[in-house]
Amino acid sequence: MKEENTYSSSHKGKPVIQIHNLQKQFGDQVVLNNFNLEMYENENLVLMGKSGSGKSVMIKCLIGLMEPDSGTIEVLGEDISKLDQTKMDELRAEIGFLFQGSALYDSMTVRENLEFPLRRHTKRMNIENTEELVLEALNNVGLAKTIDLMPEELSGGMQRRIALARALILKPRIILYDEPTTGLDPITAKEIIKLMMDIQKKYKTSSLIITHDVDCARVISDRMILLLEGTNYAEGTFKELSTSEDPKIQAFFK
Amino acid sequence: MTRNFPMVANLSSFFTETGALARFAGRFFKELVSPPIEFREFLRQCYQMGNKSLLLVAVTGFILGLVFTLQSRPTLEEFGASSWIPNMISISIVREIGPVIIALICAGRIGSSIGAELGSMKVTEQIDAMEVSGTNPFKFLVVTRILAATLMLPLLILFGDFVALIGSAIVENVKGQVSFTLYFNQVFEALAFSDLLPATAKSFFFGFAIGLVGCFKGYNSSKGTAGVGRASNSAVVYTSMLLFIIDFIAVFLTDLIYG
Repeated sequence: MKEENTYSSSHKGKPVIQIHNLQKQFGDQVVLNNFNLEMYENENLVLMGKSGSGKSVMIKCLIGLMEPDSGTIEVLGEDISKLDQTKMDELRAEIGFLFQGSALYDSMTVRENLEFPLRRHTKRMNIENTEELVLEALNNVGLAKTIDLMPEELSGGMQRRIALARALILKPRIILYDEPTTGLDPITAKEIIKLMMDIQKKYKTSSLIITHDVDCARVISDRMILLLEGTNYAEGTFKELSTSEDPKIQAFFK
Repeated sequence: MTRNFPMVANLSSFFTETGALARFAGRFFKELVSPPIEFREFLRQCYQMGNKSLLLVAVTGFILGLVFTLQSRPTLEEFGASSWIPNMISISIVREIGPVIIALICAGRIGSSIGAELGSMKVTEQIDAMEVSGTNPFKFLVVTRILAATLMLPLLILFGDFVALIGSAIVENVKGQVSFTLYFNQVFEALAFSDLLPATAKSFFFGFAIGLVGCFKGYNSSKGTAGVGRASNSAVVYTSMLLFIIDFIAVFLTDLIYG
């Protein structure tokens, strides 16, 4: 059964991500099966699914880290399958990615971690004062004092916030969150969710959040897609889906 | 079919892996000549591999020279040929034993560290994060490491050879009352350009092999901590085997050229 999407059309801006009939399989195992998604400007879209349902594969296809078997992915109006490496890198500068395990470079300090994407895009973005941008990003996550520490000296929650600062440093238009609260205690998870909301408000970003954390989805989502067996099983607001009588949808919220 | 014949399966997996390694090496040469050059990371790797291996190479070289001289001395004395010790030791160390032993030590120190570092970077999605940041991770991580290993190994081997000769000179000084000046005079008289050139040339290939296999194993490691362990371990095993194959080819070619 598919729930009707009742997210008000007045909320919808221009689409920033459009995925049509995405298909991906590894050997005989079908991970994504005709998956479709549309995300709009300034929207917080939550993609929920159980472990192994293809959420991370979808997000990696979206950022070009994995090639889908078939289907189209358009990001900011660009079909990513038609982009060469230079154009793809330029597009990636418009997309921030918060990895599930933070993925901070452990041989670099916090400062070097944040400078890394800046250095790569210096020419294109005409960035002169990297120090100022690094401090701004760290202040956004409230961790300016950790600037010269190594990632191993930080707690899991702090690492996640630094990773968020790194994802933000190029002031992207879209942020992709891959299970942002996984592995964190409930208090730290709440802090991260608040931070995500503050950032969305401040920079007017569009966010695609992959999670199986119901609290996170409840607080942050404008709209939700439920992923089941590689396909979008249901779509709607948190309220609509959480009150659905479909047992398969109910299972997501228990 | 391969399930019933494990030998066939092993052979097939060996050739598949060799093919993948050759493709990996091909990609290295392709990326090496295309801009941009990651010079800063290359220098950092040179420091990590060169400077941080100095003590290990020095200790290994010193003990090698010491033990080799101590073991050879009684036999040569028996034949009244103890005056030939500096000549024999220097030629053996510079031509063969020094490069091979130090390359094996570096395969353990550098190869395993590259395998483990890249493997854990892959497992923790740091390589993906690099790609998302607009960086070619192959160029940043692999090209710089292989290049640094290729350039640092000859320097480490020359340094190790020199320390080994000091170790040998100390034994000769204590046991045979040979002065350091006399010892090194004899060493420089015994050594020819044809001893140093092939040994230095093959040490570049040793460095390349250590960097290449370490990066290949780490970059292609499977997920999980077990995958990282396997990458690190197999980097050392495959590199050690490859070093002996390179050494055999180098000795064969040297023999053909210098007769």
